[in-house]
Amino acid sequence: MSRMPKSSRLRQLRGLPEGLGTTLHYLWRRRVTVDYPERQRPVAERFRGLHILDRYDDGLERCVGCELCQAACPAHCITVEAAENPPDHPFSPGERYGYRYEIDLLRCIFCGFCEEACPTGAIQLTPRHDLVGFSRQDFQVDREWLLVPDPRTETLAEEGAR
Amino acid sequence: MSLGYVLVRSVILVVLLLTAFAYVMVLERKVLGYFQLRWGPVRVGPWGMLQPLADAIKMMNKEDTRPAGADTLLFYVAPAVALFVALGAFAVIPLGPVAHIGSLVLPLSVAHPASGILFVLALLSVGVYGVSLGGWASQSKYALLGSLRATAQMVSYELALGMAVISAVVLYGTLNLNTMVSMQGVHLWGAIPDILGFAIFLVGSVAECNRAPFDLAEAEGELVAGFHVEYSGFRFANFVMAEYVNMFTMSALGALLFLGGWHGPFGLGSSVWWLLAKMALYLFFFMWVRSTFPRLRYDQLMSFGWKLLVPLGFLNLVWISTFVALGGWH
Repeated sequence: MSRMPKSSRLRQLRGLPEGLGTTLHYLWRRRVTVDYPERQRPVAERFRGLHILDRYDDGLERCVGCELCQAACPAHCITVEAAENPPDHPFSPGERYGYRYEIDLLRCIFCGFCEEACPTGAIQLTPRHDLVGFSRQDFQVDREWLLVPDPRTETLAEEGAR
Repeated sequence: MSLGYVLVRSVILVVLLLTAFAYVMVLERKVLGYFQLRWGPVRVGPWGMLQPLADAIKMMNKEDTRPAGADTLLFYVAPAVALFVALGAFAVIPLGPVAHIGSLVLPLSVAHPASGILFVLALLSVGVYGVSLGGWASQSKYALLGSLRATAQMVSYELALGMAVISAVVLYGTLNLNTMVSMQGVHLWGAIPDILGFAIFLVGSVAECNRAPFDLAEAEGELVAGFHVEYSGFRFANFVMAEYVNMFTMSALGALLFLGGWHGPFGLGSSVWWLLAKMALYLFFFMWVRSTFPRLRYDQLMSFGWKLLVPLGFLNLVWISTFVALGGWH
Protein backbone atom coordinates (compact mmCIF):
# COMPACT_ATOMS: atom_id res chain seq x y z
CA MET A 1 0.00 0.00 0.00
CA SER A 2 1.31 3.37 -0.99
CA ARG A 3 1.62 6.09 1.58
CA MET A 4 0.44 9.49 0.69
CA PRO A 5 0.31 12.68 2.68
CA LYS A 6 -2.66 13.01 4.99
CA SER A 7 -3.92 16.14 3.27
CA SER A 8 -4.32 14.55 -0.15
CA ARG A 9 -5.98 11.53 1.41
CA LEU A 10 -8.62 13.77 2.90
CA ARG A 11 -8.98 15.53 -0.40
CA GLN A 12 -9.71 12.18 -1.97
CA LEU A 13 -12.87 11.99 0.11
CA ARG A 14 -14.30 14.75 -2.06
CA GLY A 15 -14.52 12.17 -4.80
CA LEU A 16 -17.31 10.36 -2.98
CA PRO A 17 -19.99 13.09 -3.16
CA GLU A 18 -18.73 13.99 -6.61
CA GLY A 19 -19.37 10.44 -7.78
CA LEU A 20 -22.80 10.37 -6.17
CA GLY A 21 -23.60 13.63 -7.93
CA THR A 22 -22.57 12.20 -11.27
CA THR A 23 -24.80 9.16 -10.96
CA LEU A 24 -27.70 11.25 -9.69
CA HIS A 25 -27.37 13.41 -12.77
CA TYR A 26 -27.88 10.31 -14.92
CA LEU A 27 -31.31 9.69 -13.38
CA TRP A 28 -32.71 12.53 -15.47
CA ARG A 29 -30.84 11.85 -18.67
CA ARG A 30 -32.70 10.48 -21.66
CA ARG A 31 -32.90 6.68 -21.67
CA VAL A 32 -30.95 4.99 -24.43
CA THR A 33 -33.04 1.81 -24.40
CA VAL A 34 -35.28 1.25 -27.43
CA ASP A 35 -38.37 -0.91 -26.84
CA TYR A 36 -37.04 -3.34 -29.38
CA PRO A 37 -39.74 -5.40 -31.02
CA GLU A 38 -42.23 -2.50 -31.02
CA ARG A 39 -39.72 0.13 -32.00
CA GLN A 40 -36.61 -0.51 -33.98
CA ARG A 41 -33.67 1.68 -34.67
CA PRO A 42 -33.06 2.24 -38.39
CA VAL A 43 -30.26 0.12 -39.79
CA ALA A 44 -27.59 1.51 -42.07
CA GLU A 45 -28.68 2.07 -45.64
CA ARG A 46 -26.28 -0.55 -46.97
CA PHE A 47 -26.71 -2.99 -44.10
CA ARG A 48 -26.16 -6.56 -45.25
CA GLY A 49 -28.79 -8.90 -43.87
CA LEU A 50 -30.93 -11.72 -45.16
CA HIS A 51 -30.58 -12.73 -48.83
CA ILE A 52 -33.26 -12.76 -51.48
CA LEU A 53 -33.34 -14.14 -55.00
CA ASP A 54 -34.74 -11.39 -57.16
CA ARG A 55 -36.94 -11.54 -60.29
CA TYR A 56 -37.30 -9.32 -63.31
CA ASP A 57 -40.40 -7.18 -63.54
CA ASP A 58 -42.04 -9.73 -65.78
CA GLY A 59 -41.67 -12.37 -63.08
CA LEU A 60 -38.78 -14.32 -64.58
CA GLU A 61 -35.99 -15.27 -62.20
CA ARG A 62 -32.75 -13.33 -62.55
CA CYS A 63 -30.61 -16.29 -61.54
CA VAL A 64 -29.09 -18.11 -64.48
CA GLY A 65 -27.27 -20.72 -62.42
CA CYS A 66 -23.75 -19.50 -63.26
CA GLU A 67 -22.44 -20.49 -59.80
CA LEU A 68 -20.26 -17.37 -59.53
CA CYS A 69 -21.76 -16.63 -56.09
CA GLN A 70 -20.83 -20.09 -54.94
CA ALA A 71 -17.28 -19.53 -56.13
CA ALA A 72 -17.08 -16.11 -54.49
CA CYS A 73 -18.45 -17.23 -51.13
CA PRO A 74 -15.62 -17.29 -48.56
CA ALA A 75 -17.72 -19.30 -46.12
CA HIS A 76 -18.76 -21.90 -48.70
CA CYS A 77 -22.34 -21.60 -47.65
CA ILE A 78 -23.93 -21.34 -51.11
CA THR A 79 -24.75 -24.37 -53.25
CA VAL A 80 -25.96 -23.78 -56.80
CA GLU A 81 -26.87 -26.30 -59.42
CA ALA A 82 -28.03 -25.18 -62.82
CA ALA A 83 -30.48 -26.86 -65.17
CA GLU A 84 -31.73 -26.21 -68.69
CA ASN A 85 -34.82 -24.03 -68.85
CA PRO A 86 -37.85 -26.00 -69.95
CA PRO A 87 -38.70 -24.45 -73.37
CA ASP A 88 -42.46 -24.25 -72.79
CA HIS A 89 -42.28 -22.28 -69.55
CA PRO A 90 -38.79 -20.93 -68.80
CA PHE A 91 -37.82 -19.91 -65.26
CA SER A 92 -35.26 -17.38 -66.43
CA PRO A 93 -34.61 -15.46 -69.63
CA GLY A 94 -31.31 -17.27 -70.33
CA GLU A 95 -30.59 -20.85 -71.38
CA ARG A 96 -30.25 -22.12 -67.86
CA TYR A 97 -31.68 -21.32 -64.44
CA GLY A 98 -30.76 -21.97 -60.82
CA TYR A 99 -32.41 -25.35 -60.39
CA ARG A 100 -31.04 -25.77 -56.91
CA TYR A 101 -30.08 -22.78 -54.81
CA GLU A 102 -29.29 -23.34 -51.12
CA ILE A 103 -27.75 -21.12 -48.49
CA ASP A 104 -26.64 -22.21 -45.06
CA LEU A 105 -27.51 -19.03 -43.14
CA LEU A 106 -25.64 -20.23 -40.08
CA ARG A 107 -22.42 -20.41 -42.05
CA CYS A 108 -22.99 -17.19 -43.95
CA ILE A 109 -20.86 -14.28 -42.77
CA PHE A 110 -22.98 -11.70 -44.62
CA CYS A 111 -20.00 -10.30 -46.50
CA GLY A 112 -22.01 -9.57 -49.62
CA PHE A 113 -19.45 -11.08 -52.02
CA CYS A 114 -22.19 -13.17 -53.66
CA GLU A 115 -24.10 -10.00 -54.42
CA GLU A 116 -21.00 -8.46 -55.99
CA ALA A 117 -20.17 -11.56 -57.99
CA CYS A 118 -23.67 -11.99 -59.43
CA PRO A 119 -23.77 -10.84 -63.07
CA THR A 120 -27.56 -10.52 -63.17
CA GLY A 121 -28.25 -9.05 -59.73
CA ALA A 122 -30.20 -12.13 -58.70
CA ILE A 123 -28.83 -12.63 -55.23
CA GLN A 124 -29.22 -9.55 -53.07
CA LEU A 125 -28.80 -8.78 -49.38
CA THR A 126 -31.66 -7.02 -47.63
CA PRO A 127 -31.44 -5.03 -44.38
CA ARG A 128 -33.48 -7.66 -42.54
CA HIS A 129 -31.53 -8.89 -39.52
CA ASP A 130 -34.03 -10.53 -37.17
CA LEU A 131 -33.42 -14.10 -38.26
CA VAL A 132 -34.78 -16.67 -35.87
CA GLY A 133 -35.51 -20.38 -36.04
CA PHE A 134 -36.24 -23.34 -33.84
CA SER A 135 -33.56 -25.62 -35.24
CA ARG A 136 -30.44 -25.59 -37.35
CA GLN A 137 -32.52 -27.05 -40.13
CA ASP A 138 -34.58 -23.87 -40.18
CA PHE A 139 -31.52 -21.99 -41.36
CA GLN A 140 -30.77 -24.23 -44.36
CA VAL A 141 -32.82 -22.26 -46.84
CA ASP A 142 -33.55 -23.22 -50.44
CA ARG A 143 -34.52 -21.58 -53.69
CA GLU A 144 -38.26 -21.43 -52.97
CA TRP A 145 -37.62 -19.78 -49.62
CA LEU A 146 -35.24 -17.19 -51.04
CA LEU A 147 -37.19 -16.23 -54.15
CA VAL A 148 -39.22 -13.06 -53.98
CA PRO A 149 -42.89 -13.61 -54.81
CA ASP A 150 -43.80 -13.90 -58.46
CA PRO A 151 -45.85 -10.86 -59.50
CA ARG A 152 -47.62 -13.01 -62.10
CA THR A 153 -49.19 -15.38 -59.60
CA GLU A 154 -49.32 -13.56 -56.28
CA THR A 155 -51.58 -10.68 -55.46
CA LEU A 156 -50.38 -7.71 -53.45
CA ALA A 157 -52.20 -8.90 -50.33
CA GLU A 158 -50.37 -12.19 -50.34
CA GLU A 159 -47.10 -10.36 -50.78
CA GLY A 160 -47.85 -8.31 -47.70
CA ALA A 161 -48.47 -11.46 -45.69
CA ARG A 162 -45.10 -12.92 -46.57
CA MET B 1 -50.82 -10.51 25.70
CA SER B 2 -52.22 -13.75 24.40
CA LEU B 3 -50.41 -16.03 22.00
CA GLY B 4 -53.04 -15.59 19.30
CA TYR B 5 -52.65 -11.82 19.47
CA VAL B 6 -48.90 -12.07 18.91
CA LEU B 7 -49.39 -14.65 16.17
CA VAL B 8 -51.80 -12.47 14.21
CA ARG B 9 -49.49 -9.49 14.47
CA SER B 10 -46.51 -11.60 13.38
CA VAL B 11 -48.34 -12.90 10.34
CA ILE B 12 -49.35 -9.37 9.38
CA LEU B 13 -45.76 -8.21 9.73
CA VAL B 14 -44.34 -11.09 7.70
CA VAL B 15 -46.86 -10.54 4.91
CA LEU B 16 -46.12 -6.81 4.91
CA LEU B 17 -42.38 -7.35 4.88
CA LEU B 18 -42.44 -9.91 2.09
CA THR B 19 -44.75 -7.77 -0.04
CA ALA B 20 -42.47 -4.83 0.56
CA PHE B 21 -39.52 -7.05 -0.36
CA ALA B 22 -41.12 -7.98 -3.67
CA TYR B 23 -41.75 -4.39 -4.64
CA VAL B 24 -38.52 -2.91 -3.31
CA MET B 25 -36.77 -5.52 -5.42
CA VAL B 26 -38.54 -4.31 -8.58
CA LEU B 27 -37.91 -0.76 -7.49
CA GLU B 28 -34.22 -1.47 -7.06
CA ARG B 29 -34.00 -2.97 -10.52
CA LYS B 30 -35.87 0.05 -11.84
CA VAL B 31 -33.69 2.56 -10.01
CA LEU B 32 -30.49 0.80 -11.03
CA GLY B 33 -31.78 0.76 -14.57
CA TYR B 34 -32.50 4.47 -14.47
CA PHE B 35 -29.03 5.16 -13.13
CA GLN B 36 -27.66 3.26 -16.12
CA LEU B 37 -29.93 4.93 -18.70
CA ARG B 38 -32.09 1.82 -18.98
CA TRP B 39 -35.76 1.29 -18.16
CA GLY B 40 -35.45 -1.65 -15.82
CA PRO B 41 -38.16 -4.33 -15.94
CA VAL B 42 -41.08 -3.15 -18.09
CA ARG B 43 -42.39 -6.31 -19.74
CA VAL B 44 -44.33 -8.14 -17.04
CA GLY B 45 -47.51 -6.26 -16.31
CA PRO B 46 -47.92 -2.51 -16.55
CA TRP B 47 -44.59 -0.78 -15.91
CA GLY B 48 -43.11 -4.14 -14.88
CA MET B 49 -45.27 -4.27 -11.77
CA LEU B 50 -46.04 -8.00 -12.01
CA GLN B 51 -42.34 -8.86 -12.16
CA PRO B 52 -42.13 -10.10 -8.54
CA LEU B 53 -45.01 -12.49 -9.21
CA ALA B 54 -43.21 -13.90 -12.22
CA ASP B 55 -39.99 -14.12 -10.21
CA ALA B 56 -41.73 -15.94 -7.40
CA ILE B 57 -43.28 -18.49 -9.77
CA LYS B 58 -39.92 -19.00 -11.42
CA MET B 59 -38.14 -19.46 -8.09
CA MET B 60 -40.69 -21.99 -6.81
CA ASN B 61 -40.47 -24.06 -9.95
CA LYS B 62 -36.70 -24.24 -10.11
CA GLU B 63 -34.95 -27.46 -9.27
CA ASP B 64 -33.80 -27.55 -5.66
CA THR B 65 -30.20 -28.66 -6.05
CA ARG B 66 -27.78 -29.72 -3.37
CA PRO B 67 -24.07 -30.34 -3.98
CA ALA B 68 -23.05 -33.98 -3.48
CA GLY B 69 -20.61 -33.19 -0.68
CA ALA B 70 -22.85 -30.76 1.15
CA ASP B 71 -23.72 -31.09 4.80
CA THR B 72 -27.42 -31.81 4.39
CA LEU B 73 -28.75 -30.46 7.66
CA LEU B 74 -26.72 -27.25 7.68
CA PHE B 75 -27.29 -26.71 4.00
CA TYR B 76 -31.03 -26.79 4.50
CA VAL B 77 -31.04 -24.87 7.76
CA ALA B 78 -28.83 -21.94 6.74
CA PRO B 79 -31.24 -20.06 4.46
CA ALA B 80 -34.01 -20.49 7.00
CA VAL B 81 -31.78 -19.06 9.72
CA ALA B 82 -30.91 -16.09 7.54
CA LEU B 83 -34.53 -15.28 6.81
CA PHE B 84 -35.83 -16.04 10.29
CA VAL B 85 -33.30 -13.77 11.92
CA ALA B 86 -33.94 -10.97 9.46
CA LEU B 87 -37.69 -11.15 10.04
CA GLY B 88 -37.24 -11.51 13.79
CA ALA B 89 -35.15 -8.38 14.05
CA PHE B 90 -37.88 -6.32 12.46
CA ALA B 91 -40.42 -7.53 15.03
CA VAL B 92 -39.33 -4.95 17.60
CA ILE B 93 -39.14 -2.02 15.18
CA PRO B 94 -41.96 0.38 16.02
CA LEU B 95 -43.45 1.75 12.82
CA GLY B 96 -45.26 4.59 14.51
CA PRO B 97 -46.53 5.99 17.78
CA VAL B 98 -49.00 3.90 19.77
CA ALA B 99 -52.27 3.96 17.89
CA HIS B 100 -55.58 4.53 19.71
CA ILE B 101 -58.61 2.98 18.04
CA GLY B 102 -61.51 3.64 20.34
CA SER B 103 -60.48 2.22 23.70
CA LEU B 104 -57.96 -0.07 22.00
CA VAL B 105 -54.29 0.73 22.41
CA LEU B 106 -52.24 -0.65 19.52
CA PRO B 107 -48.49 -0.41 19.60
CA LEU B 108 -47.22 -0.55 16.00
CA SER B 109 -44.70 -3.31 16.47
CA VAL B 110 -45.08 -7.02 17.06
CA ALA B 111 -43.10 -6.95 20.27
CA HIS B 112 -42.06 -3.93 22.30
CA PRO B 113 -39.37 -4.87 24.76
CA ALA B 114 -37.95 -2.15 27.01
CA SER B 115 -34.56 -2.40 25.31
CA GLY B 116 -35.51 -3.00 21.69
CA ILE B 117 -32.26 -1.77 20.23
CA LEU B 118 -30.29 -4.49 22.05
CA PHE B 119 -32.61 -7.12 20.62
CA VAL B 120 -32.09 -5.83 17.08
CA LEU B 121 -28.31 -5.79 17.47
CA ALA B 122 -28.31 -9.27 18.97
CA LEU B 123 -30.42 -10.77 16.20
CA LEU B 124 -28.40 -9.04 13.48
CA SER B 125 -25.29 -10.68 14.91
CA VAL B 126 -26.97 -14.06 14.65
CA GLY B 127 -27.63 -13.19 11.01
CA VAL B 128 -23.97 -13.91 10.32
CA TYR B 129 -24.74 -17.56 11.02
CA GLY B 130 -27.04 -17.87 8.04
CA VAL B 131 -24.31 -16.62 5.74
CA SER B 132 -21.39 -18.50 7.24
CA LEU B 133 -23.25 -21.79 7.69
CA GLY B 134 -24.60 -21.60 4.16
CA GLY B 135 -21.13 -21.10 2.74
CA TRP B 136 -19.62 -23.78 4.94
CA ALA B 137 -22.24 -26.42 4.31
CA SER B 138 -22.05 -26.00 0.54
CA GLN B 139 -18.67 -27.78 0.34
CA SER B 140 -17.57 -25.42 -2.38
CA LYS B 141 -14.50 -23.21 -2.62
CA TYR B 142 -16.34 -20.13 -3.76
CA ALA B 143 -19.09 -20.46 -1.22
CA LEU B 144 -16.58 -20.98 1.57
CA LEU B 145 -14.46 -18.00 0.54
CA GLY B 146 -17.58 -15.86 0.24
CA SER B 147 -18.85 -16.84 3.63
CA LEU B 148 -15.41 -16.30 5.21
CA ARG B 149 -15.34 -12.80 3.79
CA ALA B 150 -18.91 -12.11 4.82
CA THR B 151 -18.31 -13.32 8.34
CA ALA B 152 -15.16 -11.25 8.82
CA GLN B 153 -16.81 -8.22 7.30
CA MET B 154 -20.02 -8.44 9.27
CA VAL B 155 -18.18 -8.97 12.52
CA SER B 156 -15.90 -5.99 11.88
CA TYR B 157 -18.54 -3.59 10.71
CA GLU B 158 -20.89 -4.57 13.49
CA LEU B 159 -18.37 -2.94 15.81
CA ALA B 160 -18.51 0.35 13.92
CA LEU B 161 -22.28 0.09 13.69
CA GLY B 162 -22.42 -0.69 17.40
CA MET B 163 -20.38 2.42 18.18
CA ALA B 164 -22.83 4.53 16.20
CA VAL B 165 -25.80 2.94 17.98
CA ILE B 166 -24.15 3.41 21.38
CA SER B 167 -23.68 7.09 20.63
CA ALA B 168 -27.43 7.31 20.06
CA VAL B 169 -28.11 5.36 23.24
CA VAL B 170 -25.88 7.75 25.21
CA LEU B 171 -27.56 10.72 23.57
CA TYR B 172 -31.08 9.65 24.52
CA GLY B 173 -30.12 7.84 27.70
CA THR B 174 -32.44 4.93 26.89
CA LEU B 175 -32.48 1.59 25.07
CA ASN B 176 -36.15 1.89 24.21
CA LEU B 177 -36.80 2.74 20.58
CA ASN B 178 -40.17 4.37 21.34
CA THR B 179 -38.67 6.66 23.96
CA MET B 180 -35.83 7.57 21.62
CA VAL B 181 -38.22 8.70 18.94
CA SER B 182 -40.48 10.63 21.28
CA MET B 183 -37.41 12.45 22.62
CA GLN B 184 -36.56 13.49 19.08
CA GLY B 185 -40.08 14.81 18.76
CA VAL B 186 -39.53 17.09 21.74
CA HIS B 187 -35.95 18.09 20.96
CA LEU B 188 -33.90 18.03 17.79
CA TRP B 189 -33.40 15.02 15.57
CA GLY B 190 -30.57 12.76 16.61
CA ALA B 191 -28.55 13.40 13.48
CA ILE B 192 -28.00 17.05 14.41
CA PRO B 193 -25.67 16.61 17.36
CA ASP B 194 -24.75 13.08 16.28
CA ILE B 195 -24.00 13.71 12.59
CA LEU B 196 -20.80 11.66 12.76
CA GLY B 197 -22.65 8.77 14.38
CA PHE B 198 -25.26 8.93 11.61
CA ALA B 199 -22.53 8.89 8.95
CA ILE B 200 -20.91 5.86 10.55
CA PHE B 201 -24.28 4.17 10.84
CA LEU B 202 -24.96 4.87 7.18
CA VAL B 203 -21.70 3.26 6.03
CA GLY B 204 -21.91 0.49 8.59
CA SER B 205 -25.45 -0.46 7.59
CA VAL B 206 -24.46 -0.81 3.94
CA ALA B 207 -21.57 -3.04 4.98
CA GLU B 208 -23.74 -4.98 7.42
CA CYS B 209 -26.23 -5.81 4.68
CA ASN B 210 -23.38 -7.00 2.44
CA ARG B 211 -24.40 -4.64 -0.28
CA ALA B 212 -22.32 -2.88 -2.90
CA PRO B 213 -19.74 -1.43 -2.53
CA PHE B 214 -19.25 -3.78 0.40
CA ASP B 215 -20.58 -6.87 -1.34
CA LEU B 216 -17.35 -8.80 -1.20
CA ALA B 217 -19.22 -11.82 0.03
CA GLU B 218 -20.80 -12.24 -3.36
CA ALA B 219 -18.23 -10.57 -5.58
CA GLU B 220 -19.40 -11.88 -8.94
CA GLY B 221 -16.04 -11.32 -10.61
CA GLU B 222 -14.08 -13.57 -8.29
CA LEU B 223 -16.51 -15.71 -6.34
CA VAL B 224 -19.31 -16.25 -8.86
CA ALA B 225 -21.96 -15.50 -6.25
CA GLY B 226 -20.15 -16.05 -2.97
CA PHE B 227 -21.85 -17.83 -0.11
CA HIS B 228 -25.01 -18.70 -2.02
CA VAL B 229 -23.50 -20.08 -5.25
CA GLU B 230 -24.72 -23.58 -4.55
CA TYR B 231 -28.25 -22.57 -3.64
CA SER B 232 -31.07 -22.62 -6.13
CA GLY B 233 -34.78 -22.07 -6.25
CA PHE B 234 -36.56 -21.08 -3.11
CA ARG B 235 -33.56 -21.51 -0.83
CA PHE B 236 -31.72 -18.93 -2.87
CA ALA B 237 -34.78 -16.70 -2.66
CA ASN B 238 -34.60 -17.02 1.12
CA PHE B 239 -31.16 -15.45 1.14
CA VAL B 240 -32.28 -12.62 -1.11
CA MET B 241 -35.34 -12.02 1.06
CA ALA B 242 -33.13 -11.96 4.15
CA GLU B 243 -30.89 -9.37 2.50
CA TYR B 244 -33.80 -7.11 1.69
CA VAL B 245 -35.49 -7.49 5.07
CA ASN B 246 -32.15 -6.61 6.67
CA MET B 247 -32.12 -3.50 4.52
CA PHE B 248 -35.57 -2.61 5.83
CA THR B 249 -34.43 -3.13 9.40
CA MET B 250 -31.37 -0.99 8.84
CA SER B 251 -33.30 1.80 7.17
CA ALA B 252 -35.94 1.76 9.90
CA LEU B 253 -33.26 1.80 12.57
CA GLY B 254 -31.45 4.67 10.87
CA ALA B 255 -34.66 6.64 10.67
CA LEU B 256 -35.65 5.87 14.26
CA LEU B 257 -32.26 6.57 15.82
CA PHE B 258 -31.09 9.56 13.83
CA LEU B 259 -33.83 10.99 11.64
CA GLY B 260 -36.61 11.58 14.11
CA GLY B 261 -38.56 8.39 13.43
CA TRP B 262 -42.19 9.12 12.68
CA HIS B 263 -41.90 12.84 13.42
CA GLY B 264 -42.10 15.11 10.41
CA PRO B 265 -39.47 17.79 9.89
CA PHE B 266 -40.13 21.37 11.09
CA GLY B 267 -42.90 20.18 13.43
CA LEU B 268 -45.05 18.91 10.56
CA GLY B 269 -46.94 16.48 12.73
CA SER B 270 -46.14 12.82 13.11
CA SER B 271 -47.43 9.70 11.41
CA VAL B 272 -46.38 6.32 10.11
CA TRP B 273 -45.97 7.85 6.65
CA TRP B 274 -43.09 10.02 7.76
CA LEU B 275 -41.22 6.96 8.94
CA LEU B 276 -41.98 5.12 5.71
CA ALA B 277 -40.83 8.13 3.69
CA LYS B 278 -37.57 8.24 5.60
CA MET B 279 -37.10 4.51 5.14
CA ALA B 280 -37.74 4.93 1.42
CA LEU B 281 -35.12 7.66 1.25
CA TYR B 282 -32.72 5.45 3.12
CA LEU B 283 -33.39 2.55 0.75
CA PHE B 284 -32.88 4.87 -2.19
CA PHE B 285 -29.53 5.78 -0.69
CA PHE B 286 -28.65 2.07 -0.62
CA MET B 287 -29.42 1.81 -4.34
CA TRP B 288 -27.73 5.09 -5.18
CA VAL B 289 -24.53 4.00 -3.48
CA ARG B 290 -24.72 0.64 -5.21
CA SER B 291 -24.94 2.25 -8.61
CA THR B 292 -22.11 4.68 -7.88
CA PHE B 293 -19.19 3.08 -6.10
CA PRO B 294 -17.05 0.19 -7.29
CA ARG B 295 -16.46 -2.70 -4.92
CA LEU B 296 -13.71 -2.26 -2.33
CA ARG B 297 -10.68 -4.47 -2.28
CA TYR B 298 -10.71 -6.81 0.71
CA ASP B 299 -7.75 -5.21 2.54
CA GLN B 300 -9.19 -1.77 1.88
CA LEU B 301 -12.47 -2.91 3.36
CA MET B 302 -10.81 -4.18 6.51
CA SER B 303 -8.54 -1.19 7.00
CA PHE B 304 -11.41 1.19 6.32
CA GLY B 305 -13.50 -0.51 8.96
CA TRP B 306 -10.90 -0.98 11.65
CA LYS B 307 -8.64 2.01 11.08
CA LEU B 308 -11.18 4.66 10.20
CA LEU B 309 -14.73 3.79 11.18
CA VAL B 310 -14.07 2.23 14.59
CA PRO B 311 -11.73 5.00 15.83
CA LEU B 312 -14.14 7.59 14.46
CA GLY B 313 -16.91 5.83 16.32
CA PHE B 314 -14.97 6.09 19.60
CA LEU B 315 -14.19 9.75 18.90
CA ASN B 316 -17.84 10.41 18.22
CA LEU B 317 -18.77 8.65 21.44
CA VAL B 318 -16.45 11.01 23.33
CA TRP B 319 -18.12 14.00 21.65
CA ILE B 320 -21.61 12.78 22.37
CA SER B 321 -20.72 11.99 25.98
CA THR B 322 -19.33 15.50 26.34
CA PHE B 323 -22.48 16.90 24.77
CA VAL B 324 -24.66 14.99 27.19
CA ALA B 325 -22.43 15.82 30.18
CA LEU B 326 -22.64 19.53 29.29
CA GLY B 327 -26.39 19.33 29.60
CA GLY B 328 -27.31 18.02 26.17
CA TRP B 329 -30.59 19.38 24.90
CA HIS B 330 -31.79 20.64 28.25
